[in-house]
Formats: sequence, structure tokens, C-alpha cells
Amino acid sequence: MIEYLGKISDHLGLPVNAASHGLIMDLVLGWVHWVMFILFAGWGLYFIIALIKFNSKSNPKADYNGVQSHYSKFAEYGVIIVEAFLLVGLSIPLWSQLRTTVPDADAAIQVRVIAQQFAWNIHYPGADGEFGDTDIKLVDEESNPIGLVRGGAGADDIVTLNQLHLPVNQQVLIHLTSKDVIHSFGIPEMRVKQDALPGMTIPVYFTPTMTSAEFINKIKDTNRYSPSGNYMGLGQETWEILSEEKKNEFRGFQIACAQLCGNSHYKMRGFLTVETEEEFNAWLEEEAEYLEEEDEDDDW
Amino acid sequence: MSDSHHEESYWRKYIFSTDHKTIGIQYGITALLFLFFGFSLMMVMRWQLAFPDQAVPVIGGLIQWLAELNGFASIGNLPSDLYNVFGAMHGTIMIFLGVVPLVVGAFGNYIVPLQIGAPDMAFPKLNMTSYWVYFIGGVIMLVSFFLPGGAANSGWTSYPPLSVIATTGQTFWLLGMVFLITSSLLGSINIIVTIIQLRAPGLTWMRLPFFVWAQFVTSFLLVLAFPPLEAAGFLQLMDRVFDTSFFLPSGLVVGGEALDVSGGGSPLLWQHLFWFLAHPEVYVLILPGMGVIAEIIANNTRKPIWGYKSLVYSVVFLGFMSFIVWAHHMFMTGMGQGMSIFFQTTTMIISVPSVIILSCFMLSLWGGSIRFNTPMLFALGWIPMFGIGGLTGLPLGLSTLDIHLHDTYYVIGHFHYVVAPGTIFAIFAGIYYWFPKMTGKMLDETLGKIHFFFSFIFMNGIFWPMLIQGMAGVSRRLADGGESYAHAQGTLHLNEFMSYSAWLLAIAQIPFIINLIRTLLRKKAAEPDPNPWRATTIEWTDTTSPPMGHGNFEKVPTVYRGPYEYSVPGDSTDFTPQTSKLIKDR
Repeated sequence: MIEYLGKISDHLGLPVNAASHGLIMDLVLGWVHWVMFILFAGWGLYFIIALIKFNSKSNPKADYNGVQSHYSKFAEYGVIIVEAFLLVGLSIPLWSQLRTTVPDADAAIQVRVIAQQFAWNIHYPGADGEFGDTDIKLVDEESNPIGLVRGGAGADDIVTLNQLHLPVNQQVLIHLTSKDVIHSFGIPEMRVKQDALPGMTIPVYFTPTMTSAEFINKIKDTNRYSPSGNYMGLGQETWEILSEEKKNEFRGFQIACAQLCGNSHYKMRGFLTVETEEEFNAWLEEEAEYLEEEDEDDDW
Repeated sequence: MSDSHHEESYWRKYIFSTDHKTIGIQYGITALLFLFFGFSLMMVMRWQLAFPDQAVPVIGGLIQWLAELNGFASIGNLPSDLYNVFGAMHGTIMIFLGVVPLVVGAFGNYIVPLQIGAPDMAFPKLNMTSYWVYFIGGVIMLVSFFLPGGAANSGWTSYPPLSVIATTGQTFWLLGMVFLITSSLLGSINIIVTIIQLRAPGLTWMRLPFFVWAQFVTSFLLVLAFPPLEAAGFLQLMDRVFDTSFFLPSGLVVGGEALDVSGGGSPLLWQHLFWFLAHPEVYVLILPGMGVIAEIIANNTRKPIWGYKSLVYSVVFLGFMSFIVWAHHMFMTGMGQGMSIFFQTTTMIISVPSVIILSCFMLSLWGGSIRFNTPMLFALGWIPMFGIGGLTGLPLGLSTLDIHLHDTYYVIGHFHYVVAPGTIFAIFAGIYYWFPKMTGKMLDETLGKIHFFFSFIFMNGIFWPMLIQGMAGVSRRLADGGESYAHAQGTLHLNEFMSYSAWLLAIAQIPFIINLIRTLLRKKAAEPDPNPWRATTIEWTDTTSPPMGHGNFEKVPTVYRGPYEYSVPGDSTDFTPQTSKLIKDR
């Protein structure tokens, strides 16, 4: 029954759900739309009947007293009860589960995300599992966008631009902040969104349940797989010379900015790759190697 | 009653008038022009959304000229910098220069004194000042379009730090807002005092037309909610001009450079101060509209409005509650459990009086003898449109669902259903209804009906697809309509449809404009009927043939009954004026 009621969420046009908590959110969204639909259809039917029945031609003399019954009160009580249930039964407990039950640091993959005009800096703690310090005096847009102190805990930290990689089926804890203005970190398929405010670090956590490869398979016959028009802002020529791997990056999960952050807000996209644990570890190692190579360059 | 026989000079009579009716019309004309201007900005933006980076047809030259004047590259297209300017100014102009001045400045000014049997507003000179302060605010906003960097570009919400590091246009925006807020404060104090002090003898609170109640509550909202934003506006001005850090935290790095400010402020503080105004503001936009709808529904069903007392209690409760729901605009700012429970609960509670008001309007239809004239069509069209606006507020009010819907087009669709067909249909209904009071001439019904039907269709054509895009997760304020984002690809085709709807909506306003001009040019009847709608409230029954002179009433009306005594059993006509002592005295 509950699942049947929830099926409306299949028809709401929601993005594919790829996170462990997404199903319940979608179901609730579906139920709320059921409520909305019933109210609208019920009142709509009444409205049409009233307009036909009581137009001045068929009813030349108005009735001073009008409606005498109190059915409408029941409708209002019904609305109150339903809203109370949505609130107390669903939204409040879910909020606590999704927003305020922050996982322990060592129980989750930890990543810092530092938003800036108009990119997402992704900061992994590296092999030691500890994030290095940052200092705004060290910020250099080219070589050190987050002002990381490369020493101590920061020596092995991995920083990427717009490339968030996560292993599937493991909880991730993102420490979200911003360097400059307010942004909003949103991944529609992961059913997460959180404003990134400068001066504040806000936890965002979720568990991806679908790898990027599985996701791409799922969307094979959509516009997202074969874009047209402006080809995701790249233009047709650029799109067509991209490798299939690169194309998949664009087709896959994207980090979208949801809060107006300046003139290039509309193209502030980051890329999320969800992969198997082995692939993820291999990627981390590869990034760590780049880091060593850079160090060697410096020494030289 | 002042019966001024001496001729007033042209300036005194039309420009610096203290007559509430003239000021109402000044507000009305100015605000309608701003409404059209704000809509025009949107029509250009909708071109960019449907056909990104292509030159705008017809006015491409003008756009290019403006863009280059502001310092942006353009080949006649709308560059993203200018798109953000247009977006911020569309919101600002529509709300603060269009709708509020129309519903409060124009309708409030013109109708409230007439409906309560007053000779004028309580403070006529304050009233005049309020209009001219509004006018200056409007000029400042318009001038800012020609500054380097253009007008304000940080959204109508002006969230810092973005707004603090923005170009000079934002300073003008803040200055303009200070004038607009001051104007609203002067106007709303005037309306409150007028309603309390100048009601005709016998016009007790529970005999007030619902429109007056709505204006009364609205004015309280303005008077209590605007001062925090005025203060916040000054603080942001300080942040911009004198390098203070009320809204700037420490450690900001913009464009690779550490920002040279002391820091220690909070960007969230602005959001709280802003939404403490801006949520009640939503009710400022909608309550007077509800007032208009109540008048028109009662008049055209020819029966009393259903549940008058429930309506009054609901509107007062709504006004009160609107002050404690503001943070539901901020669920995604990192809110904890306590705050989220409080603001979700108040948000669910505030839906109850709204549902009651809508139910009362619907139930009023039952048993009526409904006349489908143009004002009534707009009022009837208002009901389902406001209904959709209200219903789509339900998922947004639940913080958990807001995780997906926050700052998507679903939000845009939701509040446009409330404010665009919602408020603006009420405004049109009011214009068609009270036009004969203002001019002594009826607007043409055929043109009016054409205006209604096409506006109804195209408004839905614009706003319904927004709900679909929002559900797909498309963010708002994207200068390319979402083309760059993968999850938007499936709903991009809707952009063209919405844009065509917007342009057709503009064309649907042509019958209205023709109607206004043609009717104004038409010769007035020698003695126009002061009460063409056969209405019961004082502004129709106790006034002379329109247009009325300064001072309104020839003798003070005395009120004996409630506002909507239609089809009273035993009366020989189907309307019993508020001022008629006996039922059968007609």
C-alpha cells in the first residue's frame, strides 16, 4: 500500500536516485503531492459544479444564507491532521536523520569541500587521515587555491579542482565551506543540497549507492546521454571531439551551485565520480603520486 | 467636510496633490509602468533562457548599447552579467516598485477612505510625501542601470558577501530601498490611523469591508517588518562604503586576493534581517489582493461573503503568524533540529488561515447568482491560481523536502503562482471593478474578457513548466537556463515554451491597454451612474456621480449594517447598502 502510494514519485520527474536516503525522500515527496492533488481535484470539482449550478441564468435569485452544512470544517480538520502527520511523522524525524545525526569522523570517508567563484575545491586528508591547516596568506589561485600548509598533516593532502571521487556504498562526510561568497552544494541524484557559507563549516553526509558507470547505463536513452542544443554549454564541435570517458564525466553526477554566486554561477559545475572501492583507492594513489612528482620538481 | 470652491492650481491639483484619490491614481499609473518595465526585463531574460547567447531580436541594439555602457561584451545578446542585473532588478521592481505600490499605494489610498466614509486620509501631506519619496526611490533604481557594472546584480535578496563585493549598482539599490521603505512606512502609518480614526459613524470593526481589514493588517506588516530591513540596508551600505564588516566573516579570499576587511561579521545575519521583512512582505503582496477578491465575489454572487468573521480572524492571525515563519527561507543554511522544528511548525500553522480564507471564497459561490463580468472572471481565475501557489508551498515548507527543492525552479514556480496570477489577477480584477468609480466610465467587457482568457492561459504556460524543471533539480538564476548542467538536459525544451508564453502574455495585455486608452478617451455620460455594479459598500452608495471632488462625501454617511448585505430576504432589491437604515426603504 505504502509503496503503491509512493509510486506517484516515479511520475514527478525526479532525477534518478543514487543515494541510500533518497528513496524515503522521494516517497514523502510523492505523498505530499498526493495530498496536494486530492485537495486541488476535490476543490476543483466543487468549483466547477458551483460555477455551472449558480450562474445567474440558472439561478437568478441568490440565497442569502448560502452553505449551511459544515462539511468544509471536516476538510479543514483533515488538512490539519495530514499536515501534522507530514510534519511530526515524517519531516522532523527525517531531518534529524539526514541533517543532524552527523557520522563519526572515523566511520566515514572524509572530504573537505571549499567553494569559490566559480569552482569546487575538493580536499582529501591523504594517507594520514588528517586534514592539513590552511592559511589565507598562502592562497594562490594557480598552485594552492585553498591555502593549504604543505607540512605536517598537510604534507600528504590531496586537493583537486571540481573532481570529487567517492567509493560506492560508503558513507561520506563532507565538511563544506566557502572562500568568498555564498554558494550551494547540490547533487540532485544524491538528494543532497547545502548552502556553503564563508566563515562556517557545515557537515553534509550521504551514502552513494550507485556507481557512475551504473548510472550512465541507466540514462542511456535520455537527453542527458545525448545532449543537443548547446551540448552542456560546450558547443557541438567540442562535444564531438571529446573522448567517451570525458563525455561520461559530463553525463554523470554533477555538483551544481544552487545559490547565485556571481556572473558564472550558471557554469559552476563540479564532477562526482562514484566508483568501486578498488577504483577509488587506485585513484587516490594516482593523485598521491602526482603530489610526489610535484615535490620532486620543487626539490630540484 | 471641506468643500473647496476655489480653483486649485494645476500643480496642486495633479502633481503635488494631497487628495488621496489623486495620489492613488499617481501611485497606480507609476506602479503600472514599473510593472510593465519589470515584465520587459523578464521578456529579455526569457530570450536568453530559450536561445542562450543569441542576439535579442528587435531590441538587440539597445541591449548591446546598455551592455557596453555597463562594461560587458555583447553582440546584441544578454551577457550573464547583465542577466544577473536584469534578474535582481526584475524582482526588486516587481515587488517594491510595482505590486506593493499598486495594492497599497494605489488601491489602499483610493479605496480605503471611500469605503470607510472618510473625507481623505488622516495625514494628507504625509500621503503626498509618501508618493514622492517612492518616486525618488524609483528614479534611483532606474538611474542605476546606467552605472559602470550596471544596476544591482546580486538578486533581489542581496545576500552578502556577494552583494558587498558587487559593483556600484548595489549601493544605488540600497539607497533606493531606503527611499522605498520610508515611503511604505509613511503610507502604512497613514492607513492605520485613517482606519482607526476616520470610520464613519456606525462603521464598527465587524462592519468593515474585508478589503479594509486586509489593508489594515497589511499596513501593520509594513510598519513592523520594514524597519529591520531599513536598518539592515544601512548596515550593508556601511559594509560597502565604509568597509565595516557587519555581514563579512573573517578570512575571505576573493579572486585569489585576501579581502581587506576586518571580518568577524555574519552573512547569516543579513538573511535573518532580510527575511524578517521579506516573509511578511509576501503577505503584503497577497492580503490586499484577497481583499479585492472578497469585494468582487460578494458583489457578483449577489450574496454575503461566506464566513465573514472567519475571514477577519484568519487575516489577523495570518498577519501575526507571518512574522514567525521567516527562517523557512533558510532551511539549507545549516539549520539544526530545534530551529527547523520551530519554523516548519509555524509554516504548517500559517497554512491553516490561508486555507480558511480560500475555503470561504469558494463556499461563497454556493447559492449565489453568479455574474460573469470581467472583474469576476479575474477573481474566479485567481482562486485556482492562488490554490496552486498555496499547495506548492506545502512541500517547500517541510525542511526535509526542501533539501531537493531548495533554490530550484520549483520555488520560482511556487511564488510566481502566488504573486503573478495571484496578486496581479487581483489587481486586474480591482482595476476593472473600481475603474468606473475613478473615471465614471465602464471598461469594455469584450476586451476585458479577451484580456482575462489569454492572460490565464499564458500565465500557466510560463509557470507550470517551472514546477517540472524544479522537480528535475534545475537551479534558479542560471544565465543559460540550465544548459551547462547535466540534470537539466531533460527539461531544457520547456524553456522555449515558457518564453513564448511570456511573450504571448505581453501580447495579451494589448487589449487591456487599448481598453484603458479607448475608455479614457471616450466621452463621459452627463451623469454617470455612481453604482454601476449595484454594490452595498459606501464608496458606491453614498458618493456623487464620479469623478468625485476633494473631500469625497457631501454628507457624512451613517452605517447601519455589514458590508455584504446582498439578496436580503424581504428587500425589494438584491442589495441593501450599508447606509440604508431599513430594509424596505428603497
